[in-house]
Amino acid sequence: MNRITDHPILGPLEEAEMVDIIVDGQVMQARKGEMIAAALMANGKNTFRKTVKREEPRGIYCGIGRCTDCVMTVNGIPNVRTCVTEVEEGMVIQTQIGSGEWQ
Amino acid sequence: MKRLKRDIVVIGSGPAGLCAAIEAARSGAAVLLVDENAKIGGQLFKQIHKFFGSADHRAGVRGIDIGEQLLRQAEELAVEVWLNCEACGIFDEKTVWMVRDKEHSVAVEAQRIIIATGAVENSINFPGWTLPGVMGAGAAQTMINIHRVLPGHRVLMVGSGNVGVIVSYQLLQAGATVAAIVEAAPNLGGYGVHTAKVRRAGVPFYTSHTVKEARGNGHVERAVLVKLDSQWNQVPGSEFEVEVDTICIATGLTPAVELAFGSGCRPFNSPPLGGLVPVHDRMMKSSIDSIYIAGDVSGVEEASTAMEEGRIAGLSAAHSLGTITDQMFAERLEQLQHNVDALRSGMFGQKRREAKDAIVRSYGVER
Repeated sequence: MNRITDHPILGPLEEAEMVDIIVDGQVMQARKGEMIAAALMANGKNTFRKTVKREEPRGIYCGIGRCTDCVMTVNGIPNVRTCVTEVEEGMVIQTQIGSGEWQ
Repeated sequence: MKRLKRDIVVIGSGPAGLCAAIEAARSGAAVLLVDENAKIGGQLFKQIHKFFGSADHRAGVRGIDIGEQLLRQAEELAVEVWLNCEACGIFDEKTVWMVRDKEHSVAVEAQRIIIATGAVENSINFPGWTLPGVMGAGAAQTMINIHRVLPGHRVLMVGSGNVGVIVSYQLLQAGATVAAIVEAAPNLGGYGVHTAKVRRAGVPFYTSHTVKEARGNGHVERAVLVKLDSQWNQVPGSEFEVEVDTICIATGLTPAVELAFGSGCRPFNSPPLGGLVPVHDRMMKSSIDSIYIAGDVSGVEEASTAMEEGRIAGLSAAHSLGTITDQMFAERLEQLQHNVDALRSGMFGQKRREAKDAIVRSYGVER
């Protein structure tokens, strides 16, 4: 896990309610209310999608919803910006290939 | 589509927008503050370092604590806040079309609009720059300070300006190792107070160097650094590798001007402040009488200047609606302009002051 549990300025990480998300078929634990991108990186997943032509891997770049590098297919909807979309219990998240498909 | 009316709509709830809303509400206007994010405050709550400047400017207080105080003030003044609300366009110089919760379209007719949309990080490209693990320094800062997640364990920072050194220090605080900071210029760019903390922590700095390539199988594993000569050309044979899993790019910001220019605000090119900005006067009024601007969108500076500019915009917009007397306006404006001038003094501030003056002069000339 890549969570920062202790911090010299911000103090210990507060307890949070955990939710289960399903990422490429695997169950991962996320903190309720956090962004999908943060949950994935906390769980060690850094590749969020593959590009249209050459299927090159992409991860987060700007982290604030501007660049759209981190888009994934979420609950069947493609091109969801994961850095500004909160996790929900039971959310189904898929590594997006190319421009994705509605499901 | 739903249609509503408000005195003043402020777009963007970062330091500039938040202060604009507070000042306008305090001056007696009914204010609606909107932000596309789920949380208020823009990038202010990522700033866990103590601010720099004089006591008047809250120097020595951490950004997050200033943010908390501003939130309380906005609440006390009953500023109406819509989050998850994207401002998509401004029509007829007064109607803001917004989408709320990605579901409902709303048009709000505002007598005055304050655009405080901030800025976006610049990127530089090099072979491998699209690999997962290469990200904006601001993205890393969001991950560690807001989400409490480490984006990587060994980081290369590209750029030694304030963002580069501050985020480097915050990465150390979060438990990461900063393998190196590279700076293309021959001199370091950040304030000494921030740079010194990183140096004391033992982080190596490489001036006249840049990143030539990122390498790795599906993720950053190494960075190739290269020396630059006095003409900024790469020196062949000077390449060396550093082992890192993350490369942070801190090479400046560009004002987020789409909404302002889309609504017809006249642009002015100000390279020292990040490029094209909406031209504005000392009261932060754009070339359109009903539209004011504030913060990084009016020229990239710092959170402290953004807050003062926000207050000036909020005060001026409210005064133009007649909610305060001319005398109250003049007194408060003088105080705020004194504050903002003080932030643009000294060896670091002088260039920004001159660049701002050029924008204001252009406003007068062509209007």
